[in-house]
Amino acid sequence: MAALLGRFGRKLVSPGSSHGARRVSTTVCESETVKSLNLYSAINQALRIALETDPRSYVFGEDVGFGGVFRCTTGLAERFGKNRVFNTPLCEQGIVGFGIGLAAMGNRAIVEIQFADYIYPAFDQIVNEAAKFRYRSGNQFNCGGLTIRAPYGAVGHGGHYHSQSPEAFFCHVPGIKVVIPRSPQEAKGLLLSCIRDPNPVVFFEPKWLYRQAVEEVPEHDYMIPLSEAEVIREGNDITLVGWGAQLTIMEQACLDAEKEGISCELIDLKTLLPWDKETVEASVKKTGRLLISHEAPVTGGFGAEISATILERCFLKLEAPVSRVCGLDTPFPLVFEPFYMPTKNKILDAIKSTVNY
Amino acid sequence: MALSRLSSRSTGISRPFSAAFSRFLSTDTTPITIETSLPFTAHLCDPPSRSVESSSQELLTFYRTMALMRRMEIAADSLYKAKLIRGFCHLYDGQEAVAIGMEAAITKKDAIITAYRDHCLFLGRGGSLHEVFSELMGRQDGCSKGKGGSMHFYKKESSFYGGHGIVGAQVPLGVGIAFAQKYSKDEAVTFTMYGDGAANQGQLFEALNIAALWDLPAILVCENNHYGMGTAEWRAAKSPSYYKRGDYVPGLKVDGMDAFAVKQACKFAKDHALEKGPIILEMDTYRYHGHSMSDPGSTYRTRDEISGVRQERDPIERIKKLVLSHDIATEKELKDMEKEIRKEVDDAIAKAKDCPMPEPSELFTNVYVKGYGTESFGPDRKEVKAALP
Repeated sequence: MAALLGRFGRKLVSPGSSHGARRVSTTVCESETVKSLNLYSAINQALRIALETDPRSYVFGEDVGFGGVFRCTTGLAERFGKNRVFNTPLCEQGIVGFGIGLAAMGNRAIVEIQFADYIYPAFDQIVNEAAKFRYRSGNQFNCGGLTIRAPYGAVGHGGHYHSQSPEAFFCHVPGIKVVIPRSPQEAKGLLLSCIRDPNPVVFFEPKWLYRQAVEEVPEHDYMIPLSEAEVIREGNDITLVGWGAQLTIMEQACLDAEKEGISCELIDLKTLLPWDKETVEASVKKTGRLLISHEAPVTGGFGAEISATILERCFLKLEAPVSRVCGLDTPFPLVFEPFYMPTKNKILDAIKSTVNY
Repeated sequence: MALSRLSSRSTGISRPFSAAFSRFLSTDTTPITIETSLPFTAHLCDPPSRSVESSSQELLTFYRTMALMRRMEIAADSLYKAKLIRGFCHLYDGQEAVAIGMEAAITKKDAIITAYRDHCLFLGRGGSLHEVFSELMGRQDGCSKGKGGSMHFYKKESSFYGGHGIVGAQVPLGVGIAFAQKYSKDEAVTFTMYGDGAANQGQLFEALNIAALWDLPAILVCENNHYGMGTAEWRAAKSPSYYKRGDYVPGLKVDGMDAFAVKQACKFAKDHALEKGPIILEMDTYRYHGHSMSDPGSTYRTRDEISGVRQERDPIERIKKLVLSHDIATEKELKDMEKEIRKEVDDAIAKAKDCPMPEPSELFTNVYVKGYGTESFGPDRKEVKAALP
């Protein structure tokens, strides 16, 4: 699995290749060095660069001082000092509120919520305080410097409270941005963009990939633009849209579908709010079919928003109903996790039935 | 002789083990008075006396049950490392005195609600080893039908409300249960347990305020094992005197490694709660394992500290010394007891291993009330395709 992911990761980095209208390529110059890193190391690098380049940036959260439970903040406290990288008590609502205040004073507050499953006590702060600050103060104040990072998603044995994908809740809030990277190289660039974006951002990191995904990551400071989706695999028969760790699974399904003569186009949305409607629309107008896949439960998941928007924009071009292959409408189960997850075979089945509609 | 005076309502947990007592000579209930190791520290109330009423039988029960709990947790450790237990597993060894002492002071009508370190509390509430190991390994016979796992043990008949993943979230729930008990005039109380890490959650103070405002029989028990995962208490809390944090609510600080101190404190707290309203108990305790099985437990505290506590304050050793000094049993008898316990645990594990996993259809049950269930659509949205081998 790691090897496949490694291959998957490296395949996406192919420099200089350009596909489609909105492809973003992070070209790697000859002189720039790259290093083989996994996801948590890439994020660690991004945080390091953020702290280096802006003396008014701070990283805090539960247990970040010693490196964090996923090692994303290793070495930061030693390097930048306890005044800039510090632990907070166990109070998500307090942590995010504190971050909003810091950001309102013009600082970059990089908050870590230990697991996305624990983000709910802070939900009020994010929705009612962070998202609406600029709006309700008539642009006098803003908390654009706020970035909230949280590991999300299934990990194989996480159970109810260490596997959730809450992105859909946050995509319903105008005023914040929601970003989800798929690989180490993307994560570093996207995280730096999020930190430097003048709006509050919620950044979900796929925890399954923290160690599993290994990729060549450039060592310099680079940013990947937000709200730009990427076509990571070209095809003609069906468009697949996903984000985060799910893309690996979808890629496998695409490979299997290819053996059966179906050519799939795979798009990484990267930013969920505000999302790149144009890229997806252009792709669906080309293929005529759309399949969305995410780990979160299907009802009310973000796939519903994508489906509705594409339907509005591409109705006459659609050859089949939009298919959503997502988690089931149950709490994230413990022993039943393999049944709950949108697996490769479920996606493959859906690809085939959509193409043969 | 002494057997005829065996009282069946003694501690409530002796029933499954009473068979073993027939071998031991001193199972009488003549009172023995034990002094707690440390005095109680009180906040806004008069501390209870240090002399605790007990009996030989109770002492022996304490010893046996705690040894069973300890053995169970160590066995769970091995099972986790063998990957038979998946998910997250938080072990309670070191803290057994809190579970035992509390049970000794209350009845099954009193409710207990705690966070995720719940295996021993479940056992104390009358759960069986088979249910514990089945649930840990995700089997059908588990107390939550295998759907909860280590963090979600429940036992309705014994008013054990589990088993919660999000720290601090169980405290308002506990206060709600206390309200129901008061409303129904149950003459029962609720022990709402949380840790020193969770003590900094906002919802705790919200719940405390409500409990105090409406004089609810809620007892908030802070199991202070001094580390919130890897963070020491002095780094997370301005005031690590958790028993004082209630401000207007009285509190008591208790040596959580002394089962008799815990028993006395819980008895005192129950009487207080029924009469006057909420009270906070801070149990000064310690866990030998890390926060969970994914945490070695030695990166934020020294091995010397852990072994120091094990030598000086181990709850089982303390009871053992008392049992031996009161001539209730000999060293050999205790060793035999431990062998028996080991076998009991091994048998329970073997039986649990044979138990089947829940049916795949169980994935969909109990999401809502039966009949209003959810359906899962296959990829083509036309039929349920989630039936698996």
